[in-house]
Amino acid sequence: MSDSNVSKARQRRRRSMLWSLALILVLSIALPLGYALAQSGGQGVQQQQQQRFGQDRATNPRSDMWREAREGQGGFTTQTGPYVTNTMISNVGETWRQFRMGPLITYGGYLLIGALALVALVFTFVGRIKLAHGRAGMTIERWKPFERYLHWFTATTFIVLAITGLSLLFGRTVLIPVMGHQAFAAWADIGKVVHNYVGPAFSVAVLLMILMWVRHNMPKAVDLKWFAAGGGIFGKSHPSAGKFNGGEKVWFWVGIVVFGIMVSVSGFLLNFPLFGQTRADMALYQAIHAITSLLWIAFFFGHAYIGTLGTEGALEGMTTGRVDVNWAKQHHDLWYEDEIAKGVKPQQAEAPATGSVGTVGQPSH
Amino acid sequence: MARMKFLCDAERCIECQACVTACKSEHEVPWGVNRRRVIVMDDGLPGEKSVSVACMHCSDAPCAAVCPVDCFYTTADGIVLHDKDLCIGCGYCFYACPFGAPQYPQQSAFGVRGKMDKCTFCAGGPETAHSEAEYVKYGANRIAEGKLPLCAEMCSTKALLAGDGDVVSDIYRQRVMRRGGRPQTWGWQAAYGNA
Repeated sequence: MSDSNVSKARQRRRRSMLWSLALILVLSIALPLGYALAQSGGQGVQQQQQQRFGQDRATNPRSDMWREAREGQGGFTTQTGPYVTNTMISNVGETWRQFRMGPLITYGGYLLIGALALVALVFTFVGRIKLAHGRAGMTIERWKPFERYLHWFTATTFIVLAITGLSLLFGRTVLIPVMGHQAFAAWADIGKVVHNYVGPAFSVAVLLMILMWVRHNMPKAVDLKWFAAGGGIFGKSHPSAGKFNGGEKVWFWVGIVVFGIMVSVSGFLLNFPLFGQTRADMALYQAIHAITSLLWIAFFFGHAYIGTLGTEGALEGMTTGRVDVNWAKQHHDLWYEDEIAKGVKPQQAEAPATGSVGTVGQPSH
Repeated sequence: MARMKFLCDAERCIECQACVTACKSEHEVPWGVNRRRVIVMDDGLPGEKSVSVACMHCSDAPCAAVCPVDCFYTTADGIVLHDKDLCIGCGYCFYACPFGAPQYPQQSAFGVRGKMDKCTFCAGGPETAHSEAEYVKYGANRIAEGKLPLCAEMCSTKALLAGDGDVVSDIYRQRVMRRGGRPQTWGWQAAYGNA
């Protein structure tokens, strides 16, 4: 047997194993469920209820009415207005209040402080990832102007939205004791308007970003090796990576795609209460929006650290569009090789960077 | 010190809407804003009941708890009021309130809300009592004149009771004892807890 036959056989075996695992999972749910349905004839629950509350033991209509009112069922009201409701009592409010004032503010606060502390720990104990061979003095284009504009537009609006959003969530705890009620109310008023107007623009930019970078972010086997090697942050090795390394791909898929879409959709529904959203809907969207945003901001601390303080020579890629050839070889070797293979010629750096070690004009090794 | 409470006796309410009209007129509440509304359950069916609902001035008010700018305060009489100069119209109190009391004057483009408006128990707001600013923002201040809320004063069947919680519950208890049946202090559990 040749090598290709062996690997094909191995692939086939792996595929059949996956399929049988999936089949076992599906059947383990479907079989007991099918049995229960067959036993009850599909309407067991209904039948039981009808038997329990038959004609001979009908409930009192008055207590039914109060029970319905207590459960939040609507009645009739002559008053009209956008915020007039026909329910005597809404039960979701208390749930939302307890969620927001309890776990959301408490654990959200811990999350952000924890993420900042983690970044500080990494900076203290791992430190800046230096260029292993200094600067080559030759640069290569990493980000096209449009990619940079979009990145910085998203980055700026993200920070604006984060500050205004966090002000609304934590302001009462953190800012009112410092600023006082009047100044904070003025700030929150501006913040709310800014948040509502910047939000949609941010969402459009996020969508464009997804479209622009999705083809570079397809997961590959090399990404697993990148993670196994600690991404070059932990440990001495410099794992291989294409245009986007494994970590950047996680930031893309989890941060931009999943969090971006969840924040954008929930934000849109909160921003435009014009589609018949109920109080329960708005409370739910607010909860989703807040949880996702907090996770995203915590994740963002890591992204911002790695792109600026954490990695020597990374930020200039996004500011000038060009990176040092040695940086490219160290952090994105596969992408660099592709670019060179495509015939891209590295150019002389315009102004020699301070403290460069490599000989100008000659890439080291 | 009195602890002000509302109680609507559903056995007496005839959904005449006088409380709603009195409130609108007394405070010159704008269109689309309803500080008080009457809700009819099982309308036109046997067992039909109506209840007049407004801000209940809760002991542990959810609106005050969730307000991001902390604009709510409770007076010495237990009346929950808010400062419209601080309110940013975020709508959180409307999500949190069990009684649907918070209202917003504007529904302009993109659903932008104005400053929240709600029942003040006819106690005005943080401005100087009986000032022009107080009337424009919060309506009349009858409490400062020693009067009780107009909705309850106007109520023809005395279904809607407003005043010191002890007095209100005393009146209601006597009614229930005389007419029989069970008490239905609707909304009291949610608003005032077990106090």
